Amino acid sequence: MLEPALAGPAPAARPAASARTVRWAQMRQSATAYALCTPAVALMVTLLIGPILAVVALSVTDYQLGAQTMAFIGLDNYADMFADRVFRTSLINTLLYVGTVVPGSVALGLGIALLIEAGDSGKAFYRAVYFLPVMATLIAMAIVWEFMLHPQFGLANLALKAIGLTPQNWLTDGDLALWVLAVIGIWQAVGFNMVLFLAGIVSIPRFLYDAAEMDGVPSAWERFRLVTWPMLGPVMLFVVVITSIRSCQVFDTVHVLTKGGPNKATEVLLYTMYAEGFEFFRSGYAAAITVVFLGFVLALTLVKIRFLDRQVHYQ
Amino acid sequence: MNARRNPGFAVLRHVLLLAGAAFMLAPFAWMISTSLKPPGEIFLDHIRWWPNDLHVVENYTAAFTRAPLLRFMLNGVIVTATIFALQVAVALPCAYALAKLRFRARPVLFGAVLFCLLIPPHAISVPLFLLFHQIGILNSYAAMVVPFTISVFGIFLMRQFFLTVPDDLIDAARMDGISEMGIVWRVMLPTAIPALTAFGIFSVVAHWNDYFWPLIVINSEHLLTPPLGVAAFRNQEAGTDFGPLMAAATVIIAPLVIAFLMVQRRFIEGIALTGMK
Amino acid sequence: MAAGIAIEGVTKAFGRTEVLRRVDLDIRPGEFMTLVGPSGCGKSTLLRIIAGLETASSGAIRIAGEAIDHLRPGQRDLAMVFQSYALYPHLTVAENIAVPLRMRRLAGHQRWPLAGRFMPGTRTIEREIAAEVDAAADMLGIGHLLARKPGQLSGGQRQRVALGRAMVRHPKAFLMDEPLSNLDAKLRVHMRTEIAQLHRRLGATFVYVTHDQAEAMTMSDRIAVMMDGAILQVDAPDTVYRDPADLRVAEFIGSPKINVLPAVMRDCGSIVVSDGSVPAEAEARPGTDVMLAFRPEHGVLTEPEHGAFRGRIAHVENLGSDLLVHLHVGDPGRPPVVVRSAPDGHGLAARHTIGQTAGIAIAGPPPLVFGADGKRADLSRTRPKAPAHA
Repeated sequence: MLEPALAGPAPAARPAASARTVRWAQMRQSATAYALCTPAVALMVTLLIGPILAVVALSVTDYQLGAQTMAFIGLDNYADMFADRVFRTSLINTLLYVGTVVPGSVALGLGIALLIEAGDSGKAFYRAVYFLPVMATLIAMAIVWEFMLHPQFGLANLALKAIGLTPQNWLTDGDLALWVLAVIGIWQAVGFNMVLFLAGIVSIPRFLYDAAEMDGVPSAWERFRLVTWPMLGPVMLFVVVITSIRSCQVFDTVHVLTKGGPNKATEVLLYTMYAEGFEFFRSGYAAAITVVFLGFVLALTLVKIRFLDRQVHYQ
Repeated sequence: MNARRNPGFAVLRHVLLLAGAAFMLAPFAWMISTSLKPPGEIFLDHIRWWPNDLHVVENYTAAFTRAPLLRFMLNGVIVTATIFALQVAVALPCAYALAKLRFRARPVLFGAVLFCLLIPPHAISVPLFLLFHQIGILNSYAAMVVPFTISVFGIFLMRQFFLTVPDDLIDAARMDGISEMGIVWRVMLPTAIPALTAFGIFSVVAHWNDYFWPLIVINSEHLLTPPLGVAAFRNQEAGTDFGPLMAAATVIIAPLVIAFLMVQRRFIEGIALTGMK
Repeated sequence: MAAGIAIEGVTKAFGRTEVLRRVDLDIRPGEFMTLVGPSGCGKSTLLRIIAGLETASSGAIRIAGEAIDHLRPGQRDLAMVFQSYALYPHLTVAENIAVPLRMRRLAGHQRWPLAGRFMPGTRTIEREIAAEVDAAADMLGIGHLLARKPGQLSGGQRQRVALGRAMVRHPKAFLMDEPLSNLDAKLRVHMRTEIAQLHRRLGATFVYVTHDQAEAMTMSDRIAVMMDGAILQVDAPDTVYRDPADLRVAEFIGSPKINVLPAVMRDCGSIVVSDGSVPAEAEARPGTDVMLAFRPEHGVLTEPEHGAFRGRIAHVENLGSDLLVHLHVGDPGRPPVVVRSAPDGHGLAARHTIGQTAGIAIAGPPPLVFGADGKRADLSRTRPKAPAHA
C-alpha cells in the first residue's frame, strides 16, 4: 500500500508549489493540530495549571470552605504553620519516614535484584512474589497488617510469644508506630525497586564482567565495586529519587491505621494537609501546607530531571 | 559469587530469597488463612495456619452481604474504565499533534505538558475540591473521574512512542484521503497497542488503588470504590469480625492479583512506567 | 616470556548443541595464530575456553606445557582484547589500563576507595604502576589521552586503550576476539597494520579470532580455518590459499571467491568440465563426479575454440585496476565463473560484450580437484589429506 503512494509523482514532474498553496497547507495543518489539542489543553488549564496556581494563591488567604469572604493575609499561614507544634512534628515525622523507607527499600530492592540475577532457577517466581505487595491495593493490605499487628491475636505478637520475646503494641505505642508504618512502607516498595534494579542489572554488558575476570578481580565484592556498582549509578539515583517522591506522599496507611496518632506520633505532611483541608475545611491554611509539600516534591523531581532525564527532552 | 558456578552459593541464594519471600507473602497468607477461620479459631493464643473448621462460605457470604462488596468492585470497574477511556480519547490526538504535526504553539504546548508532569496529584486536591463543590458535582462518579481525564503522563508517553512511527505511514494514509482525526484512530492507535497496554495497566492499577481522592469527594456508600469500601467495612466491623473482614480484603485485591499473575511481564512493564514518570 | 598454547581434544556442547568437536591445535610461542571462519563456527567459543571464560565439555588446554583448565581466567596470565573493547566507562584511560596491575599487586585493603591510598606500601606500588601505564600508553600513541574517559574517545583510540590494558601485564599470550569488527573499513585496514607491527615489537603469542579472511591472511603467521566446530586446516596463509585441503576452505579464503565447477573424471589425466576438458591428475576413478576449482586470477579468456571450455559473458565489473568478468558456464542457475583480466586486456578481455561466448583457459598452477566429499583429490597437493598438526 505504501509503494503506490511513494511511487507517486516524481519531484521533477510536479509543478513548483506556489507560496500561497504552501501557506494554505501549513495553516490547515496548524488548524487541525489545534483542534486535536483543544480538549487536552482545556483540561490541562482547568484541572492542572489553574489549580496549581490556585493553591499558591489560596495559601496567602484565609479562605475557609463556605465562608462568604476571603481576605489576603500575606504569609500569615506560613508563620502559623512553622509556629504550630503539630505541623513541625508532621514535617519531622515525614522526614523520618522518608529517611527510613528510602534506604531500607532501596538497599533491599538492590540486594534482592542481585540475588535473583546471580542464579538461573526460580527467577520468575521470585519476581512475582516480591512484586505482589506493590500491586495489591494498599488499603486492603494495610487492614490486613493491622490485624497482623493485633496485640492479642495478630501474627506478629503470636510469633514473638512463640519464641519467647515480649509482644508489643505496634500501632498504639508512640515510640513504635512510625517505624511500624515505615516497615509497611518498605514492604510495599521493595518489589518496585527490585524491578527497576533488575532492569538495570540485566542491561550491564556481559563483556565488562568478562574483562573483569581477565583482569583478575579477586572476589565478588571487587567485581561489584568495579563493574556492577558504577554501571548501576544512574539507576540507583533514579530509584532513590523515585522512592523519595513516593514515600513523602504517604497517606493511606496513616489514615487507615493510626489517624496520625498516637498523639501525633505518625502525623505526616499529607495527613495534616488532609485534616486541615477536608476535615476542618481551612482551605487557605491547607493550601499553605500543600505549597510546602510541593516544594519537597519539586526539589526531588528537579534533581531527577537534572541528572537523568536530559536525553529524553532533547527531541 | 555466582550460583551457576558455586553450588554452595546457589543454596544460600535460595535460602535468602525464600526468607524474604516469606516476609513478602506473610500478610497474604495471614489474610487468606483468617478468611477461612471461624471466630473461635481467629481468637487463639497461638498461630494456626489451616483451620480445623473451614468457615469459608460463612465468612465470604458475610463479606458480600454485610457490605455491598460487589457494588464496590463494580464502582472500581466503572471508574477505572471510564478514566482510561477518557484518558486515551484526550491524550492520543494531542500526542499525535505534538509528535507529527507542525504548528506554532508546539514548543509551548510541550513545555506545558512537561510542567504539568511535575505536579503531584495531591497538591491540587484542595482547589479541585473547592471547584467541584462550587459546581456541585461532589459525591458523584463525575467527581471521581473528571480530574484524571487529563493524563499528561499519557500524552508524554504516547508522544515519545509516536515519534518512532515512520512519517511514510502517515503520508500514505493522507494520500488515501484519511482525515487527521482518522489517522489518529485508524493508523496511530493500532501501532500503539503495546504502549497503550502498558499505560492502561499503569492507569487501571493506580486508579483502582486510589484512596486519597475518592475519600475526599465521596460520601455515599453506593459510590465507594474498592479501597474506600474495604475501609468502610473495617470501620463498621470495629475490630471484632476479622473473618469476614479478611475475606473482604481478599476479594478486593483478587482481581488485580489474578490479572498480574496471568500477565506478569506486561504488568511489571506498566507499573515500572510510574518510575519513568 | 611468550608461551605456546596446546589445545588437546577440546569439545564443547551447550545443552544438546555441539559447538566444538574435538579440536586439536598447537600454537607456537611467539606466533600470530588466527582462528578464522564464518559466524557460528565456534572460534569465539574456543578463544573463551582458552581464556577460561567458558569451560570445555572435555579436553585440555596447556600453556607452556602446563595444564591450566583448573585455573580461573585471572590466574592464567592471558590477556584478552574484546570486540566491544570492554573498557570500564567510569574510569579514565590511565585507570583502565592500570586495573589488571592494581588487582594483582595491591592487597584488598590497599584498594579501599579513600583510605587505601594511605596504607603502607600503596604509594610505591601505585607509582610503579603509573610508570608502566605511561610506557604502554606511549608505545600505543595514546599518552595524551590518559585523563579522558572512554566515552570521549573514538573507536580506534578505544581499541588502543584495550590493547594497552592487555599489554601492560606482559601476559604469556594475547587473545583477541574480533577486535576490529566495530571499526569502519578504513580504520580497520590501518589497525591491521598496527596490530601486526605490535606483534613484531612485542614478540608475544597472539591468538586472533576473526570472520574476515582478509585480516587472517594479512596479519597471521598461521591460519586455522574453522567451520562447524572443527578445524579444517592449519597452515601459513600462503599455503591455505594455494593448497586448501577442503573445498570449504578454498571457498572461504580468497576474494573474489574461487571458481568451482562440477566435473567428471575421464581418466587419470584429464577431467571433463562442461563442454570441454582440463588436464589434471587426481586420485579418483574414471566416471566419478568431482569438483574443479581455480582462482579468478588463474583464468584466461580466449577465443571460444582456444579455451578448455566455454562460457557466456553475463556481467563485467570494472574495478579500475582489474576487470572481473562473470561468465555462465553450463547451467545458468549456478553461480558464474569469475575471471580476472587486466583492463587493456589480452585475449578477449578488451573486446568483451555481454552475451558473447568466450573460451576459458586455466593458466598458472594446475587447478584444484576436490572429491564429492569436499576433500582434495588432485595429486598436485603438497600435503596429506587430513588436517594435521603442522
